[in-house]
Amino acid sequence: MSNNTTHTLQFVPGTEFKRRAAEVVANPFLRKSFRGAMDFLMMKRAAQFPDPELLERQRDLAEHIRRYSLSKLPQLLEQLEANLTRNGVTVHWAETPDEANAIILDICRRHDTKLMVKGKSMVSEEVELNHAMHAAGIDALESDMGEYIVQLADEKPSHIIMPAIHKTKQQIAELFAAKVPGVSYTEDVDALIQIGRDVLRKKFMEAEVGLSGVNFAVAETGTLCLVENEGNGRMCTTVPNVHIAITGIEKVVEKLEHVVPLYGLLTRSATGQAITTYFNVITGPRREGEKDGPKEMHLVLVDNGRTQAFADEQLRQTLQCIRCGACMNHCPVYTRIGGHAYGTTYPGPIGKIVSPHMMGLAATHVLPGASTLCGACGEVCPVKIPIPDLLIRLREEATHDAKPGHAPLVGQGAGKTAFASFAFKGFAFLYSRPALYRLFTWTATRFRFLTPAKQAGWTDTRTPLTPAAKSLRDLLAERQNRR
Amino acid sequence: MERDYSAVRRPDDVYFFATCLVDLFCPEAGMDAIQLLEREGIRVHFPEDQTCCGQPAYTSGYADEARAVAKVQLGLFPNDWPVIVPSGSCGGMIRHHYPKLFAGDAALKAKADALSERVFELTEFFVKVLKVNWKGSGATKKVALHTSCSARREMGTHLHARELLGQLGNVELLNHSHESECCGFGGTFAVRQPDISAAMAGDKADALKETGAEQFLSADGGCLMNIDGTLAKRRDSFRGQHLASFLWHNTERQGEKA
Repeated sequence: MSNNTTHTLQFVPGTEFKRRAAEVVANPFLRKSFRGAMDFLMMKRAAQFPDPELLERQRDLAEHIRRYSLSKLPQLLEQLEANLTRNGVTVHWAETPDEANAIILDICRRHDTKLMVKGKSMVSEEVELNHAMHAAGIDALESDMGEYIVQLADEKPSHIIMPAIHKTKQQIAELFAAKVPGVSYTEDVDALIQIGRDVLRKKFMEAEVGLSGVNFAVAETGTLCLVENEGNGRMCTTVPNVHIAITGIEKVVEKLEHVVPLYGLLTRSATGQAITTYFNVITGPRREGEKDGPKEMHLVLVDNGRTQAFADEQLRQTLQCIRCGACMNHCPVYTRIGGHAYGTTYPGPIGKIVSPHMMGLAATHVLPGASTLCGACGEVCPVKIPIPDLLIRLREEATHDAKPGHAPLVGQGAGKTAFASFAFKGFAFLYSRPALYRLFTWTATRFRFLTPAKQAGWTDTRTPLTPAAKSLRDLLAERQNRR
Repeated sequence: MERDYSAVRRPDDVYFFATCLVDLFCPEAGMDAIQLLEREGIRVHFPEDQTCCGQPAYTSGYADEARAVAKVQLGLFPNDWPVIVPSGSCGGMIRHHYPKLFAGDAALKAKADALSERVFELTEFFVKVLKVNWKGSGATKKVALHTSCSARREMGTHLHARELLGQLGNVELLNHSHESECCGFGGTFAVRQPDISAAMAGDKADALKETGAEQFLSADGGCLMNIDGTLAKRRDSFRGQHLASFLWHNTERQGEKA
């Protein structure tokens, strides 16, 4: 089965985002299907939070835990490494995706494996692990059902929690019939899942290496927590002889007790579940006398731009994220265009604020601008990341040089255009001079017949913005004269 | 976050900050808002030098340009009177973002903080400060209401418009699907991402119309122009109106000053 993702989507020019977004927007079928899926997820989440005051207290606590953890991130990472090492886990540090892939490839080669089974891991998507493994002749097989479907289709996840949310059961039925040997077409969802399970069950037994992500890494005990629903995560982390966990450096918390409030909000915010079917607490490889578990265990801690966000007090808030996906479920833009249009591993609002650190602003500067700043994302974020504020901040960084004394972000100023700079300078010039502004409104109202009938973008679907015959100040002056 | 109104007394005078959109594109809404305030026995002062709150530049990442514009507005309100804004998003800009914008300058920051405290969105001021109790006039009407995202999430004023309409007695407010969802205006977003913006505006226009209301209302100039412009382009007879205008034309005028 050659079904690895072989195309990379590292660079997404603005025109490309616009084109992809326009394509989805013009597709009523996709529009309806995303709307339906997001409505369902919003409803499920809302049902878990009937008491708004309680939710606020829970969010405050979760925010506090994440901010506290980040405030001592370097110490916690050292503590985590020490305790994991004590537990028999080898800890690796990767600054870039290439380094992460090289570390994992090296482990696979030492074990001479041709097959790796993977639990769901967005960080592995972020470093394009499957691509790197494929290039080295290793089959990296996704075992989360959604990820499996996306991999079979040679696509990327369109949502961080529900990777195949853009696909219908008919499409999945066609895909399975075409790509899974010996399978005939069926639209029966249970049958489809069983087909996937049968394939994967054999692979769990064959694979020498299992890979997983990490939801919370606990520094105090050297414990990795993994949240999942399908049991594939447990299979990946217990059946193969080698377990490699991969995660971002921001995932660490100090104490086990910090996990509980975060976990409770994660599952409720993500899928509207009070608790997931599986919650794996992994504290080292198989010990003497134990009957299962991997014989060898590794953790790869990935930076990939996170220290850039960490270095700035405001941008650091980006790293509070626990990857629940609620921001995308509630985002009116995501609902219209789905995840693929973004061209980034993480789509939606969180993707817009985290991707610039991972991929640089040259590739991503359009994304922070592709938001109405409606605030729905910030409102539902379980760890209270002020996403709209961060979008504005990144818009500023994308269109300006770094301020004196501030290190430039990667791709700083990449979105600068002479037109926009000129336009906003003009805006400031006009609107900070009241006399000139009055002259402008006087002219705009008297000569309103000269208003262009075509106004870039606006008039495709709207009537032109035309000044009134008399401005409010004119009306007030007239009223004054009448009195 | 609920604002504390306990210390806010009913004033004799208020400033009116019309916003650039209302001044130039829907001045009648501004006029109606002023008349509503005056009907309550309040003297309304319109600082001649007002221009724009600076939001378009601020949200686009041009903080310096926004500051240059905002600084002019900071100097417009010397007396300690409330500043009434007939638009949730511009009110939110002054109330929440001015203090951040001037964080680097102690004197201006103090001014921004003080101004932030006395900025009110129009419907908020009617409900929470003036505590009006209006009666509707004329025939029974069915309306739909779009509350702007800023009004909802920054000013918490989406409930005030609802409350005012509820007082009238002869107005039936019909709820539309995805009521809290953005209409897709987003200032420069509408021009930067016209396809997504148009899809959102179209969906919002559909949802409002599907209620079966005779018209829709909004207390935010930007949203109004976006949704109403979309309906106008479709040559739809279902159209929008600024909430201030609707209230002025559909409430009993007792107590109006001679």
